[in-house]
Amino acid sequence: MAKQDAPSLYAAREPIFPRRVKGRFRTLKWWIMAITLGIYYITPWIRWDRGPNLPDQAVLVDLAGRRFFFFWIEIWPHEFYFIAGLLIMAGLGLFLFTSALGRVWCGYACPQTVWTDLFILVERWIEGDRNARVRLWKSPWTLRKIRLRLFKWSVWLLIGLATGGAWIFYFADAPTLARDLVHLSAPPVAYTTMGILTATTFIFGGFMREQVCIYMCPWPRIQAAMMDEDTLTVAYRWWRGEPRGKGKNREGLGDCIDCYACVNVCPMGIDIRDGQQMACITCALCIDACDEVMERIGKPRGLIDYMALSDEKRELQGLPPKPIWQHVFRPRTILYTTLWSLVGVGLLVALFIRSPIDVTVAPVRNPLYVTLSDGSIRNTYDMRIRNMHGEAHPFNISLRGHPSLRLELEGTPYTTVTVPADQTYLQRVYVIAPKGSEPAQSERTAVRFWIEDTITGDRDYRDSTFFGANQ
Amino acid sequence: MSDKTTEKKSEQGYGTTGHSWDGIEEWNNPLPRWWLWTFYATVIWGLIYTILYPAWPLIDRATPGLLGYNSRLEVQEQIEAFKRKNAALEEKLASIDLNEIRSDADLYNYAIRSGAAVFRTNCAQCHGSGGAGAKGYPNLLDDEWLWGGTIEEIAYTVHHGIRNEQSPDARWSEMPAFGRDEILDEEQIANVVHYVLKISGQNHDAAMAAGGEQVFLDNCTSCHGEDGKGDPSVGAPDLTNAIWLYGGDEATLTETVTNGRFGVMPAWHEEFRPAGGLTDSQVNAVAAYVHQLGGGQ
Repeated sequence: MAKQDAPSLYAAREPIFPRRVKGRFRTLKWWIMAITLGIYYITPWIRWDRGPNLPDQAVLVDLAGRRFFFFWIEIWPHEFYFIAGLLIMAGLGLFLFTSALGRVWCGYACPQTVWTDLFILVERWIEGDRNARVRLWKSPWTLRKIRLRLFKWSVWLLIGLATGGAWIFYFADAPTLARDLVHLSAPPVAYTTMGILTATTFIFGGFMREQVCIYMCPWPRIQAAMMDEDTLTVAYRWWRGEPRGKGKNREGLGDCIDCYACVNVCPMGIDIRDGQQMACITCALCIDACDEVMERIGKPRGLIDYMALSDEKRELQGLPPKPIWQHVFRPRTILYTTLWSLVGVGLLVALFIRSPIDVTVAPVRNPLYVTLSDGSIRNTYDMRIRNMHGEAHPFNISLRGHPSLRLELEGTPYTTVTVPADQTYLQRVYVIAPKGSEPAQSERTAVRFWIEDTITGDRDYRDSTFFGANQ
Repeated sequence: MSDKTTEKKSEQGYGTTGHSWDGIEEWNNPLPRWWLWTFYATVIWGLIYTILYPAWPLIDRATPGLLGYNSRLEVQEQIEAFKRKNAALEEKLASIDLNEIRSDADLYNYAIRSGAAVFRTNCAQCHGSGGAGAKGYPNLLDDEWLWGGTIEEIAYTVHHGIRNEQSPDARWSEMPAFGRDEILDEEQIANVVHYVLKISGQNHDAAMAAGGEQVFLDNCTSCHGEDGKGDPSVGAPDLTNAIWLYGGDEATLTETVTNGRFGVMPAWHEEFRPAGGLTDSQVNAVAAYVHQLGGGQ
């Protein structure tokens, strides 16, 4: 190939003008968009009364206080395994959905897809449907074009602003932050975060669109490893459609009339008739488009349909495709579901049996023991008591163990310590064995500390060891 | 079908890379142009960064960068910022009545935490990082104090030290070397040692102890008291309990009576140690810390 004939190493993005389409999958996608965006924008405004000194926001990530509030659940940093568990569930959930339904996440629920869909809706509302948009794109910069573009970009920016704005409401009291934002007295990080998210929403939803999925997102590459012959994907029945061709005379032609309806509605700008391809996010809009055409020309629906690779072989052999449920329920997906449920049940159990009191007891090992003037042996323990309530609570500490052992607390003649609200309190605890007693003369003796919240009555224990003089 | 796609792409002039693994081929698709622009943008960003921030290595240092950024300077600023934040607490700590310190929870918390740092830096070498001491270096965790274990007495000891030449107000006493200076003969020493073994509840020779009692009353009671329970005002230890600074066995006691003991602790306040001494607030902090280790009175 001569040098001047060599194709460029780089290609400009080819603009895509998805045509409006109606159908069952489009309707489903409208509903999913309404629900997911609704959840995203409204959640921070839901109030939840937790009593005094605690936030009344239902869902709140309190970074400064290192706390996560989710309705009646309060997660502290030491309970971060709940978040880890949720992430594992999210991962397993994606495995499950991908192996059963392919890129269903990409096609329906991914924020990139949902917001792009919303942006295209705005675009269509302002500039018209596909043909009008193509004309506008080709036309020189007239006053009308400038006006339409500025209007469209302004609406996009407003959506972006609302998106970035909603995000920061998850991290602070929403009504207070909203007021501060308007009065320009919110913390700089709020404005910065909002600015960045506004910009990414505007750019990704308005201009990058399918480029994000094809070139930036790692998920499509990973998904390929999780799909198999039974995974449902959007496919073209080429054995029914080919050879494609236009015209009334269908002699020797398949069902595909080459109308390009499937290509024109595709937000990824691909031709599904080329077969399974990386750029396909399985949004199923081509199914709606083709079904509409098939109905109009009086052919059966499903020239483009949800199908698994194994169905292609079966249909070529003249067998009917496997029913959907047989694709979905198979050992692999059942295994994923089982794992997913096990983690979920584990988390629920952990949530219900988690200790209402958080205490750690660490024996001070430098030195192991101290000999007192009367010859008794004393051990010291660092006890950290966390008060997870909004007001100060007195905690009573008691000791179970060898009857000769005596408990004392540093700095107080009593056995009760008052821990301030929302704090971890370090209390030095002494255990003393009288001279000549069994624990004083042995190497190790088991001890058990009981800690009781005297207001709620919650109690829990921690086991530790008493070191005697016989080391 | 796939042949058709290949044809179509080939018409655009890209084709495949020619690689084939198990029949899987790789498109030779062009990169998106915006990717190229992103690449250039990062190069430009990188160049600007190296101009603004320390970057290019020279022979003895790196280029300083136009912004004058320096990570050590940043640490210094952060330290200064914390000092400013703590200034009010430090001032309060320097002048507080130590007996009242526990009633101010914030100040007390600050004192024992900063006191722990002072202790680990200055005191741990002799008294151990846990305060358990060693032979000749008192254990700060138990309930016997040679010079008093109230928080104010501890602060005084830290401030002025013991038997040193630095502070004129250092705690001072001297146990005579009864044997070396020939105040007592060997028999008297052996007897008084057995008397001490007796009053501390250890195995002893009753006859020798009986003989030692008079020796003790004649020579030791001015400091250790008639009952042998010691006197914190002169740093004389209690000889009747289970705690021994040098050891309570016969050989060690004989050595102690024969040659005396002269344990020294430096004066830690900055008025006696121009380099590395402790400020008023540091003395108070470490006193508060030691006081709550388990032995405070």
